[in-house]
Amino acid sequence: MSRRRSAVRAGDTRAAWLFISPWVVGFLIFTLYPLIYTGYLSLTDYDVINDPSFVGLDNFRALVSDDKVMLALRNTAVFALMSVPVKIVLSFFLALLLNKAGRATGFFRTAFFLPKMTPPVAIGILLLLMFNGQSGLVNEVLGWFGINGPAWTTDPTWVKPGLVLMSLWTVGASVIILLAALRNVPQELYDAARVDGAGWWAQTRHITVPMTSGAIFFLVIVDTIAALQSFTEAYTAYFGAGNSTYGNDAALFYAIYLFQQAFQFLHMGYASAMALLLFVIIMAITAVQVRLSKRFVFYAGEQS
Amino acid sequence: MTATDTPAPRIAESAPLVAGAGRTGDGRPLRGPIGKVALVVVMSVLTLAFIYPFVWLVSASFKPRGEVFDNRLIPKTFTLHNYVAVWHDAPMALWLTNTVYVTVLATITVTISSALVAWGFAYFRFRGRDLLFGLVLASMMIPGAVTMIPTYLIWHAVGFTGTLVPLWAQNLFGSAFYIFLLRQFFLGLPRDLFEAAKLDGANNWQMFRLIALPLTRPALVVVGLFEFQAAWTDLMRPLIYLRDSDTFTVPRGLKSMLDQFGFGGEWHWELVVTASVITTLPMIVVFFLGQRHFMQGIATTGTRG
Repeated sequence: MSRRRSAVRAGDTRAAWLFISPWVVGFLIFTLYPLIYTGYLSLTDYDVINDPSFVGLDNFRALVSDDKVMLALRNTAVFALMSVPVKIVLSFFLALLLNKAGRATGFFRTAFFLPKMTPPVAIGILLLLMFNGQSGLVNEVLGWFGINGPAWTTDPTWVKPGLVLMSLWTVGASVIILLAALRNVPQELYDAARVDGAGWWAQTRHITVPMTSGAIFFLVIVDTIAALQSFTEAYTAYFGAGNSTYGNDAALFYAIYLFQQAFQFLHMGYASAMALLLFVIIMAITAVQVRLSKRFVFYAGEQS
Repeated sequence: MTATDTPAPRIAESAPLVAGAGRTGDGRPLRGPIGKVALVVVMSVLTLAFIYPFVWLVSASFKPRGEVFDNRLIPKTFTLHNYVAVWHDAPMALWLTNTVYVTVLATITVTISSALVAWGFAYFRFRGRDLLFGLVLASMMIPGAVTMIPTYLIWHAVGFTGTLVPLWAQNLFGSAFYIFLLRQFFLGLPRDLFEAAKLDGANNWQMFRLIALPLTRPALVVVGLFEFQAAWTDLMRPLIYLRDSDTFTVPRGLKSMLDQFGFGGEWHWELVVTASVITTLPMIVVFFLGQRHFMQGIATTGTRG
């Protein structure tokens, strides 16, 4: 980046502001103002039709005693805790395999990545079909091994595991990122380790994982944030309004309940309070992860 | 490959240290027949697991109503009826038109606006630049839910709810992630190039339009592809903003079909399955058209992010 601090020219400043003006305008209208307004709305009762009426901290008080908020938080936490680690371990494993595949890498990489292109709505529908308790493909395959598969889409204990398994179908992007990281690890390290008699496990543990820890950490952060905001697949599969409005408590993620409060019940004030709580939770978790990463992540050479 | 372990070629081949140049990250192919066979078997099973749901879906879309769930690879009764019916029972053509319209506008606007902003941050030195760019990065951290409600109220106030405008118009103002990505690419261009152009009398706009943009074409394609996918597959915003079935995008339409024909509905899963294929197919086509760019773009995201 700019190494020398040359004198700032007036013409340059004007031109620069012209170039960045779309973002400045967008930031003010669609980020800063909404951020402030969400804060204000969270202190009001607002249904879009009547003006907001100030209620102080009532929304927040209601929120902590709302059983559904607690349920949604628990569902979301369970889903994130199950899906993020499994997803990362699986994508690491797949990246290792791809790296060994030689000339066939390209073909398998495409195969692993393709599901990531599926629209999340279609993934929600596939979840209902593949994991159907009676006729789903998953249980049929389990049956070959003599396993009597559960009712994934209706039994409350199996709804979240089903969502987690389905989410593994789209690990493709993480695999690509880890594969790129793997290819940046110098071959010399492995050659040296082999000379010293280190086996596959030792090499993976002491070379591969530390050398790719930057990418792994990036995925942990990004996947956690995404998992905490999961919406589309679960909403598609388990919530909606057909001949009768339906829903499934086991799949009630926080983002889904927030959406319902805001746009189905028109409790805009309450939903704003929920949004702020989510914001705080995500910031706190990310902060903890960043702090932990300082201990575990190895940055080669520490270049920017 | 021979099974003999001769050290000479290994040293030669491990020489290049550049990313992706041959066998780094211990990417040496497995030696010995057992390892190779095991690898091929494992990879094939995994490939089947990743690809088979597509195959299942496409196959089911050619089955009559009663056979959708028979899990057969080849339909017992092959029918094209579902593809005809889905056009009649749902305004599929209209949904596709709406989606193409939104996706094209969203893609073009966000690519242009993000490139402009990224260039502003990459090339110029001005007071407050680093602070402002810090805001760009910080804004990526804000969950969508926090700005969702006031944003809806803004579109409501100007009378655009119920139309397709809220699905793309925000892209006129750039998107933080794409700005970040493109700025990285602009920073990679040699500065001398622009000093020389300046001496030759090029103005700021010409330097951006005639030099910087053409040189970062691959990055612009990556941004375009990412946004194309994001705009095509979005469900949340169509759920928030669209009420009337005629204004639906394909994903929103697919959800309404699931509600109407799936559980709690009329049990016409063959229609839901067929509509799912129609929703997904364009993304598969786009992927194969831009595969190289997709892969590179995603790999870049991880290493620079």
